[in-house]
Amino acid sequence: MLLDRIRPRGRRSGRGAETTRTRWLPSLLLAAVLFARPALAQSEDDAFLATLVQLRDASFLDKEQIVERLSQSGHASARPVLAALLEDHLYVRSQDQKIFIVKSTDDTLTSLELVDPLSLEGAGSVERDGLTKIGTNNGLRKLLKTTVARFDLSSPDAAVRLAAAEQMLRSLDAGSLALLRGRVGVETNAEVKEEIETGLALAALDSSDPQARLEGVAALADKLRPQVRNRLASMLEKTADGGFVERDEKVRQAAADAVRGLDRSRAFYSGFETLFFGLSVGSVLVLVAIGLAITFGVMGVINMAHGELMMLGAYTTYVVQLVMPQHIGASILVAIPAAFVVAGVAGVILERTIIRFLYGRPLETLLATFGVSLVLQQLVRSIFSANNRSVETPAWMSGTLQLNGALSITFNRLYILLFTLIVFAILLVVLKRTRLGLDIRAVSQNRAMAQAMGIRTEWVDAMTFGLGSGIAGIAGVALSQFTNVGPNLGQSYIVDSFMVVVFGGVGNLWGTLVGGMSMGVVNQLLEPYAGAVLAKIFVLVALILFIQRWPRGLFPQTGRAAESQ
Amino acid sequence: MSVARRLWSALNEDRGGVVFLALLAAVAIVVPAFNQAVPASSPLHLSTYSLTLVGKYLCYAMLALAVDLIWGYCGILSLGHAAFFSLGGYAMGMYLMRQIGRRGVYGNPILPDFMVFLNWQKLPWFWLGFDHFWFALAMMGLVPAALAGLFGWLAFRSRVTGVYLSIMTQALSYALMLAFFRNDMGFGGNNGFTDFKDILGFDLHQDGTRVVLLVVTAAALAASYLACRTIVRSRAGRVIRAIRDSESRTRFLGYRVESYKLWVFVFSAVLAGIAGALYVPQVGIINPSEFAPINSIEVVIWVAVGGRGTLFGAAAGAVLVNYAKTFFTGALPEMWLYALGALFVLVTLFLPRGLMGLVSRPPRTVQADDALPATWSHRPRIGVSAGSKAK
Repeated sequence: MLLDRIRPRGRRSGRGAETTRTRWLPSLLLAAVLFARPALAQSEDDAFLATLVQLRDASFLDKEQIVERLSQSGHASARPVLAALLEDHLYVRSQDQKIFIVKSTDDTLTSLELVDPLSLEGAGSVERDGLTKIGTNNGLRKLLKTTVARFDLSSPDAAVRLAAAEQMLRSLDAGSLALLRGRVGVETNAEVKEEIETGLALAALDSSDPQARLEGVAALADKLRPQVRNRLASMLEKTADGGFVERDEKVRQAAADAVRGLDRSRAFYSGFETLFFGLSVGSVLVLVAIGLAITFGVMGVINMAHGELMMLGAYTTYVVQLVMPQHIGASILVAIPAAFVVAGVAGVILERTIIRFLYGRPLETLLATFGVSLVLQQLVRSIFSANNRSVETPAWMSGTLQLNGALSITFNRLYILLFTLIVFAILLVVLKRTRLGLDIRAVSQNRAMAQAMGIRTEWVDAMTFGLGSGIAGIAGVALSQFTNVGPNLGQSYIVDSFMVVVFGGVGNLWGTLVGGMSMGVVNQLLEPYAGAVLAKIFVLVALILFIQRWPRGLFPQTGRAAESQ
Repeated sequence: MSVARRLWSALNEDRGGVVFLALLAAVAIVVPAFNQAVPASSPLHLSTYSLTLVGKYLCYAMLALAVDLIWGYCGILSLGHAAFFSLGGYAMGMYLMRQIGRRGVYGNPILPDFMVFLNWQKLPWFWLGFDHFWFALAMMGLVPAALAGLFGWLAFRSRVTGVYLSIMTQALSYALMLAFFRNDMGFGGNNGFTDFKDILGFDLHQDGTRVVLLVVTAAALAASYLACRTIVRSRAGRVIRAIRDSESRTRFLGYRVESYKLWVFVFSAVLAGIAGALYVPQVGIINPSEFAPINSIEVVIWVAVGGRGTLFGAAAGAVLVNYAKTFFTGALPEMWLYALGALFVLVTLFLPRGLMGLVSRPPRTVQADDALPATWSHRPRIGVSAGSKAK
């Protein structure tokens, strides 16, 4: 369940393509201005235009041939024209049947701006009705993608080259192979080079020369992407007549070894991925439980409103984003301290008005704070309505870190893990290295003695509770990034967070960390076999049984604190 | 003569209980009378909707009794009683589903509609027998008892007490809720059971059937009250109260604390199961959201409002809070959670013995906690989870 929540939301598709497009346009325009105009190119222009015009009423099959011709013309405008055709930006002007590139086809525009296909300069604008789109179909678009990729392979931008190489890998033909072969020698970027080499090696597998195939297999033995593994495995299959697809014994042997090796490392990486997913799910648990570890573990207060304090933090994030809509990326950094303060103040008020009258009566505290949680939920419903509010994910938090062909890590999972560790470290420092931490530990170990030593225990109580509540607020900021921000946000985590604290051992922050992380990993390990819900049930039941055996959790308290239990 | 005298002295001893039973009898007579005998045109007529509502409150009162028995007298705060309630309800629901027979949407004589819908070929083994009322009746008690027995045996034996136990029961209920939400559990998944037709051959939509159900519920509530009262007044009841007030001391005196706790816990779960079983035919639906932890916590607040450790107070609290809920959700829907939340806070802060505390003298306890000087209640917090102080 947590896994679903942690998946990135928001619109990520297409953004990368957008940036590449805007990046090459200016440089191409420049190139066009510099080289396309000389007089001797006049006949070239005419030939290009003559071919282009045929696109108007050609069938899709004819269009494919025209595209081939255009791409081989060597004309500077070929790339932008073909790219425009691919993106449905190539139009025929009705009044004179001339072909133009359209800058944007946004639905809100009534008249479209035209670009001359030869000079690539602006050519006025015309009403939408006065234009007819030159249509494409799937086959044509595939061809266009490969063709445009060929052009891009020589782009100065490594990212463009990489995208182009990836595109060409998807459908290899003789033409693109020749291009790739030409490129591999001069390519400087390691990533692009690897991509091209993979492509060439894959192509080599189709060669009739066993030696070339053998080299191809050897080159592919460390390429982790699934495509490579499937291709190699297909060589080992049997054909209908009983022989192998790959006839040569030595090549087959090499391919079998390569597949085994690839499977081993893919299994390793998928294990690593599960571990990482588990840790990121676990870090969410730790984050929601760590504030509770303070209020419940250190103070012994059962705060059922803990989830609602997280909810306050999440709504604080929402409000901060409303205040600064232009700076979503920075809003998170503002929201973290803001949420700490909001939830912390709420916690101090809660402690001063209700909880302090109920110390020593944990079950009563449980009921009273549950009442507070209901009031807070309804308060949020009255102010923000019962509907979920959408909190935007900053651009820098979405995306994926591709480590190799078999392992990719989403940034939001990575950030939540790091964030949890940072919060945990700060909390540890506060408790172990500051005056407040010293007071907190003193009061929790022996209240009367601490009081006798001149510690203002009442003040320490309020601050401790405020600290735990503030951490809950910070957890709320994190939650707002991958779950719905609504009045029920807190409720869905309350059982989990209590389980983490009890599992780890009450009064022990390290226990909470280890407990939460291991719950996350176990959950993640079970999920493929049992499904998300059943995995969660298993974890809960396992915890219930665990507590029967070790009632004080993973790390029971020792020494003076334990004696008073 | 002596029987009458003993009866009289028993009545005298438990005046609150007498009032409670008298009120209950009045409800069981007056409510059906106003529904059946008074014509619909009269302003005094009680609609069948209100009649069902009263029946629902009585089921809740029974659940509250069950919780009061273990929380008020044994100091075990269970946040999982909604689970026992729902299990009883599901047992009844299974019987009612089997009674639909061919009248379902798909007209399958054996399989309930949701199983046909999910392409099940035959009835799962755990559905066998539920076409017999006696079997379903047994299961309404046995299933909650088995779960409570297993859980209690594990928990009490390893001395999980106080807050830990509360959180465990809550987790248990939560896990069951998740499980029942799954379609492949064979309990109708998300939608649960509904669209019941009849019970023991009587049409559930007939006013007459509903009246009988109400009277049966009232009788069951009275019987549960008397049973609980007998338990708490018995010698075992004294031990149970001793456990509440000082668990370790009771253990050191030689009592098998675990057995006492286990039996009272199981009995309480059975009561809750029966309450759930009576609830389902009157409300007409049972689904997994009945397992939600919040429901269990709400039961605890009914008990706290009414007065912990008084039995009839708990039942009265259940009826009062639920009447308030019906009123608020109808008239001022957005105010209900404020009111309920405030109730939680105010009752725990200012009415530790609930509404009954306003009208009766403080109960005697073995340790007389209330007599401690005020400063003593401010104990070192780290130790508060220990069972002896958790009540």
